[in-house]
Amino acid sequence: MRHILRRRELTADAWHYLGEDALGSEAVIVPLAELRANPARFAARGGRLGVRLAPVDRVEDLAGDLPRLALVACEFPSPGEGRGYSQGRLLRERFRFTGELRAVGAGVKQDLVFHLARCGFDALELAPGEDSQAAITAWGRYDVAYQPGDARVKPRLQRFFAA
Amino acid sequence: MYQYDELDQAVVDQRVAEFRDQTRRHLAGELSEEEFRPLRLRNGLYIQRHAPMLRIAIPYGLLSSAQLHTLAHVARRYDRGFGHFTTRQNLQLNWPHLEDVPEILAELATAQMHAIQTSGNCIRNVTADHLAGVAQDEVDDPRPYCEIIRQWSSVLPEFTYLPRKFKIAVTGSPADRAASEVHDVGLHMVRDAQGEIGFTVLVGGGLGRMPIIGQVIRQFLPVADLLSYLESILRVYNRQGRRDNIHKARIKVLVKALGIDRFRELVEAEWNENRAHAVRLPAAEVDRVRAFFRPRPYEILADIATPAGDDPRFQAWRRYNTHAHKVSGYRAVFVSLKAHGSIPGDMTSDQMDAVAELAGRFSFGLVRVTHTQNLVLADVRQRDLKELWGELDRLNLAMPNIGTLTDMIACPGLDFCSLANAGTLDVAKQIQQRFDDLDYLYDLGEIEIKISGCMNACGHHHVGHIGILGVDKHGEEWYQITLGGSATGFTALGEVIGPSVRKNEVASTIERIVEVYREVRADGERFVDTVHRLGIKPFKEQAYAPHPAAA
Repeated sequence: MRHILRRRELTADAWHYLGEDALGSEAVIVPLAELRANPARFAARGGRLGVRLAPVDRVEDLAGDLPRLALVACEFPSPGEGRGYSQGRLLRERFRFTGELRAVGAGVKQDLVFHLARCGFDALELAPGEDSQAAITAWGRYDVAYQPGDARVKPRLQRFFAA
Repeated sequence: MYQYDELDQAVVDQRVAEFRDQTRRHLAGELSEEEFRPLRLRNGLYIQRHAPMLRIAIPYGLLSSAQLHTLAHVARRYDRGFGHFTTRQNLQLNWPHLEDVPEILAELATAQMHAIQTSGNCIRNVTADHLAGVAQDEVDDPRPYCEIIRQWSSVLPEFTYLPRKFKIAVTGSPADRAASEVHDVGLHMVRDAQGEIGFTVLVGGGLGRMPIIGQVIRQFLPVADLLSYLESILRVYNRQGRRDNIHKARIKVLVKALGIDRFRELVEAEWNENRAHAVRLPAAEVDRVRAFFRPRPYEILADIATPAGDDPRFQAWRRYNTHAHKVSGYRAVFVSLKAHGSIPGDMTSDQMDAVAELAGRFSFGLVRVTHTQNLVLADVRQRDLKELWGELDRLNLAMPNIGTLTDMIACPGLDFCSLANAGTLDVAKQIQQRFDDLDYLYDLGEIEIKISGCMNACGHHHVGHIGILGVDKHGEEWYQITLGGSATGFTALGEVIGPSVRKNEVASTIERIVEVYREVRADGERFVDTVHRLGIKPFKEQAYAPHPAAA
């Protein structure tokens, strides 16, 4: 059973990735490329739909689909891969996505939890072997921030604000 | 200078606590070297040839006396009693122990200092003109804007894992003493037709393997839009910069590939789209920060000429190591870290402590670090110059060579750096020995030599009037020489004169080059201007002339 760290709580994952015996599942996460290749396959099915973005994918290409999506997963295949942070902010701020925003991949580690949370990620699929208790603690590693960011992690003190 | 408030202090304190935990986990085997590396780099810690190297941030090169005392203390307690000032106005400690670094950072935090983002693929220490606030040719003081950028870019979630490092320089003066045109972003302070302050924004400059001069992306950016525009540039870069090849990952490669016009379109489109969510820079916040950089409480004084019969050593020092100040009766004083026989940019803890005290006595308790690896006491009363000179002379910090050929920039090179191909420090020493005659140096006038030990160009060799690049040839150290580079006044990249030369021939080659200049220069013409007028051909012909003995 896969676990997801949601706002400091470790919960069982109700979602399945495509290929994990998924089409019969109530909630399925589909790679963007697959959604584009076989739109009819997913249009007719009931249940919740999520999309998985690779770092190279443009969130603009997903804008029209967002109203029917309950989840977007962004990949962080290594700690050095930083495109997902921009994907997260754009989804939350520009495209007003209010569903689950999940960070997934080998780069999702406790030392990045604060950055991810401030960029709008509210669900973390921690990298294998990562200590979930430490990751929960890491959520509160900073209680101050210079920059505007996702209000789910509200700093005690903040310098700059968004328009 | 800027004083931390509760937020600033909490950021550095929490950063120290975070890094203490990361170091503990690494030493306990919970974080592999591969996992620890990006974390330690973002806290200024490299693993170098002999030992770790810690790069401490000196934001826009400004230090209080108390901070310089703190640097002296950490260099003494945790290192070997000296530090190395760099071309990015930082201080490097070459021999700290890994397990001590959290404690060093904690000590720095008590003096409102840190090593946040002095390395790694993130926004680095922002640099500025070392004469900011006192230069006569200044449009406005760039330091408040540097401080605002420092804060906004520190622990910045969206851009902590960029494709590659990102360097920003701000200059308030058209003379550009910050080498801003060879930065990822260069900001030039300007006034528009209504007299409003703003920035001309350059993007895509840089040195390293692909030296290139930055191009203007926006002629006039109002102050209120500074952070939102930087955010847009960085977002385009973060999303589209190459991540498949470390040598092609800087923003300059993206700008070059797209062309400046297409890159500008992308940034402006992003900026317009982002208006509703962009980070704001309210006028009240600008005013709050500017208030820390108000002019010092200067006395009303007249300029004083030095009596003609005064000590000639003092007169030479006053001429070469002091600079005009916008307030009459004052001069800016260069503390030369280029004494012959010493390593460019190196300073002992004792010297740091002494200069911190002198700054307290003579210059409002403030010290600046220059990107040319010297220090500046910016606000010295002219009537105090002789006394200050005497003190600096006793400390071996009054070598009257600022702006001359031996005021060289040199990276640490093969002696310390694991990236280097060749030594730089003994080449600097060789040049100091050959050009030890001050009258000869003064006759040559203003010449900038910049030495890098590898093509990463930390020594800025591309923009040296004479650039020296160490290369490895089958395990031997050789040196490629370029002429005509410039970063101050105008920006130009030097041209390679031909095959590289052996280590023991660097100084003699330079001597033959400057001898050509002495023969062909026009009246009052600087070396670099002669090179630009005549091209490199006449220099190249003589540089390789056979030795008389070999003929």
